[in-house]
Amino acid sequence: MTAQAMTGPTPHATEQRRRQRARNRAVLLVLLLLVVLIYVISIVRMGGG
Amino acid sequence: MSDVAISTETVDVAAPAAGARVADFIELLKPRVMSLVVFSGFAGLMVAPGDLHPVLAAVAVLCIAVGAGASGAINMWYDRDIDAIMQRTRRRPLPAGRVDPQEAVSFGIVLAIGAVTLMAVAVNWLAAGLLAFTIAFYVFVYTMWLKRRTPQNIVIGGAAGAFPPMIGWAAVTGQISLASVALFLLIFMWTPPHFWALALYRTGDYAKAGVPMLPVVAGARATKRQMLVYTVLLLPLALAPWALGLTGVVYAAAAAVLGLLFVLAAVRVWLDEGERAARQMFAFSILYLFLLFTLLIVDRAPGLIGGSLA
Repeated sequence: MTAQAMTGPTPHATEQRRRQRARNRAVLLVLLLLVVLIYVISIVRMGGG
Repeated sequence: MSDVAISTETVDVAAPAAGARVADFIELLKPRVMSLVVFSGFAGLMVAPGDLHPVLAAVAVLCIAVGAGASGAINMWYDRDIDAIMQRTRRRPLPAGRVDPQEAVSFGIVLAIGAVTLMAVAVNWLAAGLLAFTIAFYVFVYTMWLKRRTPQNIVIGGAAGAFPPMIGWAAVTGQISLASVALFLLIFMWTPPHFWALALYRTGDYAKAGVPMLPVVAGARATKRQMLVYTVLLLPLALAPWALGLTGVVYAAAAAVLGLLFVLAAVRVWLDEGERAARQMFAFSILYLFLLFTLLIVDRAPGLIGGSLA
């Protein structure tokens, strides 16, 4: 077992993971919004809008 | 050029390796520039004759916003070397080393393709084509070709910022008409005095970075003369929407007053040997365009003031 594993992640690694998580959530949010948007656009277009 | 390379590398080496924050990607979109582009695009959409479903209108505005942001991101990627030199831009995500250049350019390209595709699918092909042309013009003609080569960079390149009202108009009508060209010309003629006001008090920055802005190449006096010419030309041009029957007399009167104030600002810059008048003119130029397009919208809205909606 390495020294790092015994002492836990460094503050740098924690920050790196926190930012990665934030970016992943932002991408997820954008994708979900895009799905909703395309669904709404389809409904409007099919309704002759 | 070596100075540029050294500066960029120095900043990149000092970059935090924790990765970019979401806020850094938002900063790549140049939100402040985007807001004026979105507003002028929205104005084009509002004053155009015809109807567009509110959802599709909102999608059109979103596409204009994302397209503008994509252009900004690609511009920041290409200009990261000179951005690292200039005081005004050195804290941007790329020169500060907070975002990887490849990520930035990929981000911009994906957004640009997404915005144009969505515009084509949801609104119409003409609006999508104009949006694609605008992005391409800003990236290839202004950023990559003109910006570092000629003092007329923002005169010709300013066309990119002038297209949004035309895109908004095309989203509603599916056409390019004389009135939408007038809206284009309005921003086109407004851009040089707006940017030169900024360049007048950032001359040192631009000179250091090797960007041939007019004050750097031709000097302050010649720049101030050209600013005055453009503001005088803009004065009658701002009345074109009224002359073309797009708006009522309220818009015409207000546009004339705003135009005179803009000319007055240019005269003050001409007379002022310092930076104060140029700073004030830069701030006023933003207010001028914002108020002018607000007036266009208000004067066209049925039931409000003129209510001249055809």
